[in-house]
Amino acid sequence: MNNIIERKMLVPNIHLLTVEDSFIAQKIQPGHFVIIKIDEYGERIPLTVADWNRENGTVSCIFMQVGRSTRKIADLNNGDQIPTFVGPLGKVIDIDNYGTVACIGGCYGIGSIYPVARAMKKAGNRVISFMEARSSYLLYWEKKLRDVSDDLIISTMDGSLGSKGHNSDQLIKLLKQGEKIDRVIAIGCTFMMYDISEATRSYKVRTIVSLNPVMVDGTGMCGACRVEVGGDTKFACVDGPDFDGHEVNWDLLLTRRKVYVRDETVAEQVHR
Amino acid sequence: MGKKIQPTKTKMREQAPEERIHNNLEVPYGYSEEEAITEANRCLQCKKPLCVTGCPVEINIPGFIEKIAERNFTDAIRILKEKNVLPSVCGRVCPQEEQCEKMCVLGKKMEPVAIGRLERFAADWEAKQGNAPLLPKRKSTGKSIAVVGSGPAGITVAGDLIQLGYKVTMFEALHKAGGVLVYGIPEFRLPKKIVTREIEFLCRMGVELKKDFIIGTALTIDELLKDYNIVFLGTGAGLPWFMFIPGENLNNIYSANEYLTRANLMKAYLFPQYDTPIARGKNVATIGGGNVAMDSARTALRLGAKKSFIIYRRSRVEMPAREEEIHHAEQEGVIFKLLTNPVAYHGDGKGNVKFAECIRMKLGEPDSSGRRRPIPIAGSNHKIPIDVVVVAIGNSPNPLIPNTTKGLEISKKGTIIIDEETGKTSKKDVFAGGDVATGAATVISAMGAGRKAAKAIHQYLIDEKW
Repeated sequence: MNNIIERKMLVPNIHLLTVEDSFIAQKIQPGHFVIIKIDEYGERIPLTVADWNRENGTVSCIFMQVGRSTRKIADLNNGDQIPTFVGPLGKVIDIDNYGTVACIGGCYGIGSIYPVARAMKKAGNRVISFMEARSSYLLYWEKKLRDVSDDLIISTMDGSLGSKGHNSDQLIKLLKQGEKIDRVIAIGCTFMMYDISEATRSYKVRTIVSLNPVMVDGTGMCGACRVEVGGDTKFACVDGPDFDGHEVNWDLLLTRRKVYVRDETVAEQVHR
Repeated sequence: MGKKIQPTKTKMREQAPEERIHNNLEVPYGYSEEEAITEANRCLQCKKPLCVTGCPVEINIPGFIEKIAERNFTDAIRILKEKNVLPSVCGRVCPQEEQCEKMCVLGKKMEPVAIGRLERFAADWEAKQGNAPLLPKRKSTGKSIAVVGSGPAGITVAGDLIQLGYKVTMFEALHKAGGVLVYGIPEFRLPKKIVTREIEFLCRMGVELKKDFIIGTALTIDELLKDYNIVFLGTGAGLPWFMFIPGENLNNIYSANEYLTRANLMKAYLFPQYDTPIARGKNVATIGGGNVAMDSARTALRLGAKKSFIIYRRSRVEMPAREEEIHHAEQEGVIFKLLTNPVAYHGDGKGNVKFAECIRMKLGEPDSSGRRRPIPIAGSNHKIPIDVVVVAIGNSPNPLIPNTTKGLEISKKGTIIIDEETGKTSKKDVFAGGDVATGAATVISAMGAGRKAAKAIHQYLIDEKW
């Protein structure tokens, strides 16, 4: 049973959730995720970790309200309790001094890329951060991300802030200009991570993505999160969730993510 | 003697197959008091009971059965609980035909005494009386044990050691305690309220339970050893095996762990009242021949499958499942495709499985398990229309703790290497038992291992010789 320190909507449908858990707060690292379950009837869902405070013993996640489970979290308030908040899960992302690292986030991934950028900066890298959203009113944590980056490149699809278009457009622009980027980390919706991986393929820049398959237990005991990387089957919850974007079977991930769309629609409409 | 013994076991009434595939209630109704007493009177009360030698936890079988015959049910359950912390579980899931009942002297000329049914009766009788009386505890020793995993092995260690005056904390990664009892074995074989009751009993006895706690990440074994004298690892065999054949990652192909966890732990059979969905196929194929495969195939029927298949590469005789489970599956209309093995799955073009491509097998010489080796018959490929597949071919231990613990020797199969008599691992102050040490086995063998480890832990804390 964990106390909610804060739950607030940052921009339409994207929320910050800060929870008290002294054990997880000591061990959490970039790349880790947690599994949350809101009540007796709820699903177990994974959320990538976005920030933490080891002294205060708190852990923060950014989540997007997309369905029944995330709506339940969005309805919780400061002081409420979450029955199940488990972690840290997944493998820690490799952090080292690579030179120049591009940290790329889109919608809920902006939160998740923040601790990666912070750690990469601390490790001595030149950090170029990217963030994208459909429009300027959907962007958040700009100052936070800018504070841990050497450069922050913003893209919006409608051009209301930063450049018009996607993160991948700006990344390709930099690569074409001859910018030497040693590593790319991309976290966000599946299509954006795929897009970034394709953008860097011909430049042979190592690109790490944080895969987001459906999960149930998150501890490696069920295989719901099976993904194909380099032709092999991997469990995203224990072998990942970070993998080499150039090796991922993206078509498989996209189809596997859709398996319960019909049930999800039914679930959303049911009142209890 | 001279009294005429009823040659068959006293019948236990069961739900009719046509009815029970539409609900998740237990199949057998359990004995009434009269039926139990009748069955208990079949026991010869042998001076040297062979049945006890077949029991992994050495229950005083003639002892508890005699009390049932005398209508002294209070003492029957007391005697049972002296050796078995989970009689209502074991009475339901133990493969008695391989253990106590196999050794029963009556079984030579007639049916053995229905020991399992009597165990179940006594345990269920106690549950009906209300909260079970707490067992006496010795004075506090000041020493503490961290039990990792709240499955059968961990529950047994916790139950034994709490009585000996130790402080015991049980850690569980999932949000419900019980391990395989709660995520693996279906509601219709083991009602979850029984597991809840047994766990609550442990907590009432003083065991501290910490759920949603991942030992290996949130706390390592070395960190646990700073706060606890001993660590017992009962983390089970939760890593599911896949065949790695083409198409196995198509939608609606599940490991049995996922299928059963969705159905049992997350109660997907009650979707949408419960939020977790599960694919409700019309033609469901379960690959495998063990208890988990039977559970999966029968769960599929209860989820509305028109046809539920078991696809198994050997024949009926080699199937490792409990006899009663195979029998119940047959009664319920599960279709057994024996001497058959899948080689690939084909999709519908939208990422969902549509066919299982299988080949026929024949049996050759026995392999290392002692069972005849299955040999594919070339050119016998055929397609079976299937919309859900459940892969129930086995599990190995979750590698999280081995990967995060220094000094813990692991076998090539991923199991923790232990001394079989004591459960000691290669790491000082760390014991292990159950599936994590043997690979996937039974509830009762995990309890037997937990019993041995508890004894060894107690001895070690007294004489301090590792």
